[in-house]
Amino acid sequence: MSKELNLTLKVWRQRNNKAKGQFVTIQANNIADDMSFLEMLDVVNEDLTRKGEDPIYFDHDCREGICGMCSLVINGRPHGPKEGTTTCQLHMRSFHDGQTIVIEPWRAAAFPVLKDLAVDRTAFDRIQQAGGYVNVNTGGVPDANTIPIPKRIADEAFESATCIGCGACVAACKNASAMLFVSAKVSQFALLPQGQTERYERAQAMVDQMDKEGFGSCTNTGACEAECPVGIKLTNIARLNREYLNAKIFRQEDVHS
Amino acid sequence: MLDSKVPAGPLAQKWSNHKFNMKLVNPANKRKFTIIVVGTGLAGASAAASLAELGYNVKTFCYQDSPRRAHSIAAQGGINAAKNYQNDGDSVFRLFYDTIKGGDYRGREGNTYRLAEVSVNIIDQCVAQGVPFAREYGGLLDNRSFGGAQVSRTFYARGQTGQQLLLGAYSALNRQIKKGKVQSYTRHEMLDIVTIDGHAKGIITRDLVTGKIESHAGHAVLLCTGGYGNVYFLSTNAMGCNVTAAWRAHKRGAFFANPCYTQIHPTCIPVTGDHQSKLTLMSESLRNDGRVWVPKTVELSKKLQKGELKAADIKEEDRDYYLERKYPSFGNLVPRDVASRNAKEVVDEGRGVGKSGVAVFLDFADAIKRLGEDTVRAKYGNLFDMYYQITDENPYKQPMRIYPAVHYTMGGVWVDYNLMTTVSGLYALGECNFSDHGANRLGASALMQGLSDGYFVIPYTVGDYLANLGSFAPVDQNHPAFEQTRKEVESNINRLLSLNGNKTVDDIHKQLGHIMWEYCGMARTAEGLIKAKGLIQELRKEFWENARVLGENEELNMSLEKAGRVADFLELGELMVDDALNRNESCGGHFRLESQTEEGEAKRDDENYAYVSAWEYKGDNQPEVLHKEELIFENVKLTQRSYK
Repeated sequence: MSKELNLTLKVWRQRNNKAKGQFVTIQANNIADDMSFLEMLDVVNEDLTRKGEDPIYFDHDCREGICGMCSLVINGRPHGPKEGTTTCQLHMRSFHDGQTIVIEPWRAAAFPVLKDLAVDRTAFDRIQQAGGYVNVNTGGVPDANTIPIPKRIADEAFESATCIGCGACVAACKNASAMLFVSAKVSQFALLPQGQTERYERAQAMVDQMDKEGFGSCTNTGACEAECPVGIKLTNIARLNREYLNAKIFRQEDVHS
Repeated sequence: MLDSKVPAGPLAQKWSNHKFNMKLVNPANKRKFTIIVVGTGLAGASAAASLAELGYNVKTFCYQDSPRRAHSIAAQGGINAAKNYQNDGDSVFRLFYDTIKGGDYRGREGNTYRLAEVSVNIIDQCVAQGVPFAREYGGLLDNRSFGGAQVSRTFYARGQTGQQLLLGAYSALNRQIKKGKVQSYTRHEMLDIVTIDGHAKGIITRDLVTGKIESHAGHAVLLCTGGYGNVYFLSTNAMGCNVTAAWRAHKRGAFFANPCYTQIHPTCIPVTGDHQSKLTLMSESLRNDGRVWVPKTVELSKKLQKGELKAADIKEEDRDYYLERKYPSFGNLVPRDVASRNAKEVVDEGRGVGKSGVAVFLDFADAIKRLGEDTVRAKYGNLFDMYYQITDENPYKQPMRIYPAVHYTMGGVWVDYNLMTTVSGLYALGECNFSDHGANRLGASALMQGLSDGYFVIPYTVGDYLANLGSFAPVDQNHPAFEQTRKEVESNINRLLSLNGNKTVDDIHKQLGHIMWEYCGMARTAEGLIKAKGLIQELRKEFWENARVLGENEELNMSLEKAGRVADFLELGELMVDDALNRNESCGGHFRLESQTEEGEAKRDDENYAYVSAWEYKGDNQPEVLHKEELIFENVKLTQRSYK
């Protein structure tokens, strides 16, 4: 049976990028424990709206844990206390009656706050634009089954490719490093035959862009892996380091033979 | 009568002939044209990337913070292609046939055949991009079965096929952004189309962060903005999915086709309470291994609902595997409309399960016994996890509870064979258009259509239009038409911001959803639809008198964003009801209780309704005018669909 909770929220409110932000305390009463965390915020927002107060702005879209749009640092943890979930899949049964919940946006220099809990993550797009693709045009490609890929490799590439680009890894990292995010894409293509021809240029270009965006360095603490909602592994970072190092030592054309 | 412009000649040659007959734009001239792409899901991203590769300048727009967030990303099960890799009798014609039949003979033959034809290229393209599809141990691609087909032609990436395909298209898009061929505008919402002398020449957008109203000019505009399922408030769509771009285009002259064709997906997690914000799909692929059942008697169901019995307590002989019983040859893999209606039927009989009684079981016990838990986990792990997160019930140990929910809209902006709307130079791709799925879409066909339109159709057809323009001159952003449209957009925003009543926009949206679900959902009657029309009109009035919209334009303002979208849904809802009322037959997802066979299946009326309904907007509060496109079937015989 569903239970009801009364909660105290301490929510980061910030009017825009230039304004100074602060925590605001909001009471959330009669919250059903089978609500999702974002549905709880919906209820709070409906109340605020009825009172004529500005609702709390937060990013969200699919509410199925796949689009990567939702964020929120909840009681100090990106996507909240439950492991392996996004905020939209977190349910109120993970909290108890009377609890105080602190809700903040992702904190990173490369992710400036837009309003309240929403941040600008376009830096991630620019990293992908730097090299997160195979240079292939539409049309004129070979039949799909002419590129056999061992199942183990395909599965591993798939695991890396499941990154949803939410930014929790950056928010979790004390250095605000984006290495897990970058390494997931680099790994996907480093593993697959389709990615071989541009393997090293890709690693180099994506890391260069990452640095340019102001993300911090990786010191291998593993907080990113611990908080990743889709289980992207730290081994991806090891692979990225290897790719990057090789890129510094070898030329692509020497390697690809 | 509307002209679909489907080329003459034998079905299998239509597209090849048409490709040859279309005019080309010289490579050096392509860079003189700008194409606007609204929406960056599978259709939009693939179109934008492919057009930019050809040399056109492209501008893309999405309301999300990144093109990668488009709701195509949430598609789970797979993508169909007539590769016949399984040697099980598949062919382009069979995929075409299954799709036309699955659509209950309300689709356009020419478009559907082309879709089946290019399906094979899509898989090749995606693999070349590095999309990690599921593979066999030998290294070749794996397939699975989906509803409405007796061959295995569905390619997949675990339960995240949409994600992988979208990230593939997004990567192709990124490559063109890097090259400077695509300018990407994120957190931008299209609020109107600008037409000059009857041609679409640009759009008006709102920057969602700053509120700035902008004009963007181009030689053609592509709407790739998805479906309108959120008119029901609760659906499997993302929270932001909306009809605004399509609807504003409709008001500028684009006909809206078959709005009443909505797909209610049979396997979704049931509603729990009023606070619910959306519904979550459990992929149709689960019906490969899951068995759908309810108790045979109302008494047993009552006990389950009260929690006195658990699913495991119900003996085998007391269970009714109703899909297997009624449809022995397709069993649990009947098309979506059939599966949904049957779920509603058993629930209406009082045989539903779960606390609310509004659910049926999807049971994996047999599959786990046969294949082992690990194999089941490998196939469906992420779906089972998602179910567990949401319901707090472990589907490895007890059956899932599922119930139909609004998932997809087959109706949409009317387009001809070239995907052009009734506004010259304005195109609609993917779920946004109406063209390929008839009255019911088969599983794993939405991804196919989005990518077919974007990668392989629009690059040809838009070229033909541009080549025929007869001028390479850039479109003037300072043309009075831009100024005029922009003023109208601004005045609409001001009108919304002035609303200061005591109902929230969500209150009204939820009310609209209830009306639509009750009277224009899985079963419809003339009486109910007439009632719904009145209710929607009242609600619309209430919205403009009593809704409350906060804040100002010059900020991130979710209240304003929602209000604009709900205002459009209120108008669309009424048109859906009109369309459902006009179509006095049952077909696919449109089920009129007045028109059913003795066995309770959808009964078509081919003599009177073998046409596409395309509605023309005539002005505020004016009745829309119905235009008909006759559906001509030269290659399939219209029969009563049977999956028995």
